[in-house]
Amino acid sequence: MNLLWFHLMPYTDLPEDFRDKHRSVWVDIDSRLFDPMRAHALYNDFIDELEYAAELGFDGVCVNEHHANGYGLMPSPNLIASALARSTRRAALCVMGNSLALYNPPLRVAEEMAMIDCISGGRLIAGFPLGTPMDTTFAYGQNPSTLREKYEEARRLILRAWTEPDPFAFNGRFTQLRYVNIWPRPIQRPHPPIWVPGGGARETWAMCAREGYVFAALSYFGFEASRNVLSGYWQEIDRHGRQRNPFQAGYLQFVGVADTRAEAMALYREPAEYFYGRCLRVDPRYTSPPGYTTESSVRLAASQTKPQGVSQFKDRAPSFQEILERGYLVAGEPDEVAARLRQIATDLNVGQLMLLLQFGNMDKALTRYNTRLFAERVMPQIADLFQDQWQDNWWPARAQARAAAPAV
Amino acid sequence: MARQLVAGASAGARRGTGRMNAAAEAAALRAYTVAINRQPCRVWEKGEGAPLVFLAGFGGLPRWSECLEQLSASRRVIAPSLPGFPGSPAIGPLYTHLDWLLAAQDLIRAARIERCDLMGVSFGAALAADVAALWPDLVDRLVLVSALGLFDENDPSADPFAQRPEELPALLCKHPERYVAHTGLPEGADPIEWTVTTTRAREAAARLLWPIGDTGLAGRLHRIGHSTLLVWGSDDRIVPASYRARFAQGIAGSAQVELIDSAGHMVDLDAPGKLAQRVAAFLNRPPS
Repeated sequence: MNLLWFHLMPYTDLPEDFRDKHRSVWVDIDSRLFDPMRAHALYNDFIDELEYAAELGFDGVCVNEHHANGYGLMPSPNLIASALARSTRRAALCVMGNSLALYNPPLRVAEEMAMIDCISGGRLIAGFPLGTPMDTTFAYGQNPSTLREKYEEARRLILRAWTEPDPFAFNGRFTQLRYVNIWPRPIQRPHPPIWVPGGGARETWAMCAREGYVFAALSYFGFEASRNVLSGYWQEIDRHGRQRNPFQAGYLQFVGVADTRAEAMALYREPAEYFYGRCLRVDPRYTSPPGYTTESSVRLAASQTKPQGVSQFKDRAPSFQEILERGYLVAGEPDEVAARLRQIATDLNVGQLMLLLQFGNMDKALTRYNTRLFAERVMPQIADLFQDQWQDNWWPARAQARAAAPAV
Repeated sequence: MARQLVAGASAGARRGTGRMNAAAEAAALRAYTVAINRQPCRVWEKGEGAPLVFLAGFGGLPRWSECLEQLSASRRVIAPSLPGFPGSPAIGPLYTHLDWLLAAQDLIRAARIERCDLMGVSFGAALAADVAALWPDLVDRLVLVSALGLFDENDPSADPFAQRPEELPALLCKHPERYVAHTGLPEGADPIEWTVTTTRAREAAARLLWPIGDTGLAGRLHRIGHSTLLVWGSDDRIVPASYRARFAQGIAGSAQVELIDSAGHMVDLDAPGKLAQRVAAFLNRPPS
């Protein structure tokens, strides 16, 4: 199993009364809450943390893209990834976003990702998310009714730009180009592995199954919520006559490790409450623009009586007890965390485990503590999973962190 | 599904006009479909007389409305469903504003009329204004109710899409329960499919208007040489009051402005009687 250290880069200084005084952490968040000098410190801490994870032998480090929000400070994950391409040597660089439909022309994505692949010596994982409704339709003004079509067109253009040796013309609905001929080209051939983060849209599962991409279930609502999503994905894999190779699936999990369970509860309570109470304070006005959700998903949601995921916490934040009981956060001493993660990965059949070991307002010292304990005492207990039974066809061949990891 | 919607809508119309003999009324509401981009779009017709084409606003026409019922007393009212709105199963390949205008024009011509009075509400009014600007000979007199299509950065119109579902009716109507009733589940319709249908209607509006509802109409208002009635609800929470003068001054033809009290953006739902009365008075007036 691959273990990827994922940073959301949250703004850590949202006020305690944020939930009461502010309607949304996204789209129309009050810019007066943002202190650029504080962000100077945060960005540098965050990059240090990603580098620290790479040093400790995590297989990959992940960054992603969000806009106009206090939840994740990376409008451009490529900027962070390019810094990491220089400062890390072996870890895969998983850029879990560029939202393809946001770039005009989308060749910008092909070019910048090719740059990162070249700078890093071929360690890029290319994430192709659709993007959240808040980011794409509100912050970036894309039409929700045509977003998926635009994304799909951009995806085809980027793949051709990476793989076709000669200049070509592209006549799309959203992008027309007489000359497509990008420099640089990616090191990885035919192109870097493509991972697609997503939720419950069958169209996304089908694309991953059809095209041979990794589907990564990115939810903050734990194992149970993702079980349905991944089971839908695996059925789609079956339908396409592919094997249920666990390396073709990813899953994201909040984790807090400490020497004892009691210590974990004490240490990770506040960051977890900060994340669920403040970072996920998204005004429902911005979560479901018409057309963003496909008709089949609308039909599916209309036939379900129980609210799913974030919608169940529209009007209140989950308590720490709920965060733990529902498995949003896996916290405890190393052995129990390892056992739990092994069980989750086995049950979901996921070989790409993305770990949020910094979350909410967790500071650098606690993040390092969590990361180190995980690397030293959890990683050795779970890293072997699936390794002998399955071949990982979705990993950059030149990113081999484990071979060179310090003995722990 | 189209058959089901028509049946449901007829049921709604019967409820809305209980005084009439139900069987006679159902017979009088004529429904047929025309293909727009190979997708069937339902057209409703009722009444006799000079043709009046009606392009609906938010929610489309899930059911025949009281306003149309009253207008049909003196006119042949023709109410087509634009692609993606109730009565049509898909939005289809509408990407540019020209695609929308051609669809609107095709729907009007499909009623086999040489020339008609044209009335629109909200984005239906934005389309009606553009149809008059582009195909002036198709339109006799023009009625624009709560017209969209303009956008002023310094006095922005409200965002009808960034709304909690429970807040939308009060944004659109002074009497929100009328919007709820207008778009509610028709008798005999499948609740899940109805959710899909109403969501698609919101998507169709978004397809046309996203992100700010500026269709470029400002640059074409001067092409409208028609005698025009501009109607506004006194409590329109979508279109700022400053837009009224922009329309009145921008249109080249004679523009008459009517403000209807106690009505929001969807004047046809908030004040159907008053609106029908003002429209009928305007249309029945001999040309000056």
